[in-house]
Amino acid sequence: MKKMVLLGDEAVALAAAHAGLTAGYSYPGTPASEIMEYLIRLSNGGENLLARWCVNEKVAYEEALGVSFAGKRALVSFKHVGLNVAADPFINSAITGANGGLVVVVADDPGMHSSQDEQDSRYYADFARILCLEPTSHQEAYDMTREAFDLSERFGIPVMIRLVTRLAHSRASVSVREPRLPNQGLSYGHPEDWTLLPSNAKRRFRLLLDRQGELKEYAEQSVFNQLVINSENNKLGVVVTGIGFNYFKEVAAKMPYEPSYLKISTYPFPENKLRQLLEKVEEILVIEEGYPFMERFIRGVAGIPGKVIRGKMDRSLPSSGELTPDAVSLALGLSQKKGLKVENFKIAQRPPQLCPGCPHADTFKALNEALKDFPNNNVFSDIGCYTLGALPPYNAVKTCVCMGASVSMAKGGAEAGIFPSVAVIGDSTFAHSGITPLLDAAYANTDMTVIILDNGTVAMTGGQPSFGTGEPLNRLIEGLGVGKDHLKVIVPLPKNHEQNVKTIKEELAYHGLSVIIARRECIQILGDKKRS
Amino acid sequence: MKYDIILAGVGGQGILSIAFVIDNAALEAGLFFKQAEVHGMSQRGGAVQSHLRLSDTRIYSDLIPLGEADMILSVEPLETLRYFEYLKPEGAVVSSTAPYVNIPDYPPLEEIFKEIRKAPVNVLIDSEKLAKEAGSIRAQNMVMLGAASVFLPLREEHLKKYIEVLFERRGAQLVQNNLKAFELGRQAALQKH
Repeated sequence: MKKMVLLGDEAVALAAAHAGLTAGYSYPGTPASEIMEYLIRLSNGGENLLARWCVNEKVAYEEALGVSFAGKRALVSFKHVGLNVAADPFINSAITGANGGLVVVVADDPGMHSSQDEQDSRYYADFARILCLEPTSHQEAYDMTREAFDLSERFGIPVMIRLVTRLAHSRASVSVREPRLPNQGLSYGHPEDWTLLPSNAKRRFRLLLDRQGELKEYAEQSVFNQLVINSENNKLGVVVTGIGFNYFKEVAAKMPYEPSYLKISTYPFPENKLRQLLEKVEEILVIEEGYPFMERFIRGVAGIPGKVIRGKMDRSLPSSGELTPDAVSLALGLSQKKGLKVENFKIAQRPPQLCPGCPHADTFKALNEALKDFPNNNVFSDIGCYTLGALPPYNAVKTCVCMGASVSMAKGGAEAGIFPSVAVIGDSTFAHSGITPLLDAAYANTDMTVIILDNGTVAMTGGQPSFGTGEPLNRLIEGLGVGKDHLKVIVPLPKNHEQNVKTIKEELAYHGLSVIIARRECIQILGDKKRS
Repeated sequence: MKYDIILAGVGGQGILSIAFVIDNAALEAGLFFKQAEVHGMSQRGGAVQSHLRLSDTRIYSDLIPLGEADMILSVEPLETLRYFEYLKPEGAVVSSTAPYVNIPDYPPLEEIFKEIRKAPVNVLIDSEKLAKEAGSIRAQNMVMLGAASVFLPLREEHLKKYIEVLFERRGAQLVQNNLKAFELGRQAALQKH
């Protein structure tokens, strides 16, 4: 067995390749981007698989579903909020079922290191009634991903791998096994299973429900779920999921005894094993990274008579943010060690910021100046580096909600009476989810101004390719019905400042739809090109 | 044996390159390691840190508990202070003295040094000067790794081997510059410690 140094994300990607992957699809998003980055490296390095960035997560999911329909193995990966975008095909793919193995990897971001929420994807798996595997280590990330393809083909359903930031972006060594070949030849899915007319969908949904028993049986015997009973001590039992297990084991080594515990790494969860633990102990502590998913099941409405249940819901552990070994230590009754203290000295914060020479900075400076004449303006923004325009010294944007929302919210804002109503969105975010709302605005000729920051890349996540950039982007926008007279291209550079302010002012003043493309290559990408 | 390190710096200073070298040197030495790092939004000129744990037995937690780090290894002095609460009272601070000023309220340097010197074991290195001397201003991270190597439970030749692996694609000159940066950092730390 070979040992390799891998990120959690990379362990998943390598395992998928070794499981006989035909194709992987993704849209960039922290902390999931490195899965596809690694698959692309494998593909370029001679692995016989297809690895593709897609225009958004819904498209990625549907492409993977097409591969599964054809009888081959597919992987689709994205960050947690990407699953919101792909929720439609995701839920319905549980009804069609999987033909070739279909594995969906979702990387949650507890603590919101680089996200707008910390939603817990286990609820989605539960909602879709499919299997979810949650690795606690790099080795499990590898082993579970390989197993996920087998489970998908065995039960005929998509299988979710749930990662969290701390595993996705942590490195460790992983023992890897011999790869196997992809499924050979085509074997089409049955049309009556895959055509979700109500008559077919009803039958397929009943089948999915009937399979739940088999999924639960799998959970009872899965090696990834471990019940360890300490027969010497029945005071405390710990139910621990995902990487909560790591913090528990770290802390338990310092306790006078190791409490009984059930490690849960598959959902549906092993109910019998859970009952066995609950019967044995007087007090239960539930440790999980994410929402109190298991804790809600265990507490129910009435709790368990005679037993104390602790976890996030009674604030024994923090109810938001990431778990830490320190928080778990306190919940297990150990005191915290004290490190060195910096006293009477204020450590200035160092928030992320736009890079020196970033084109967005020049656009925001010009926009801010142009807006001075319009006191009732509002600037709606979107997801990308340019969200940092919300911070000083720019203070240029007032909203950031989800991919594409700048354009739709600007339209709603304009219709509520905001003037000028401005949307600021990057080229990749525009391709992802901005095209449809702009079509909406063009159809209505809404009185608003959309500024597309075309830096030619998905910059925030490391410079993945953008699908709507350069000259073709101009034609795309014209094709949506935006008038040529009010489609302007500016080059955000300090030397063009006065001209850019003038152009923006004119379009802000125009009562109808304007689109301004601020086009200059990302300074990081430019630097990388120069270096290589 | 267990050795926990907080790596610190500002996005773009090459913290993850230091981590790459230590990770692989640890694997070469047959040690277990785990290394949690920061990607994405936090990288854009913001504070970045990485928890790097080495051990001869299995490591569970990716994160180091407060008060348990054996070392803070930082490429930037203000960033050194940000993680002081992770350090054991007897832990070592290996810090650059070269400030990265990209915020308006950067504190006076002397005050930062005064605080750093409160750590019982502290090695302050002018990484900017030594990196220039080595021929590459960007090699400050390798200067600091060289300085830290005096304390690390890893062999010098393993560290150097992976500095070569890290830079070999960028040409022989960069490999030499970075090895020299490592050596200058190491010598400076040996003199001070």
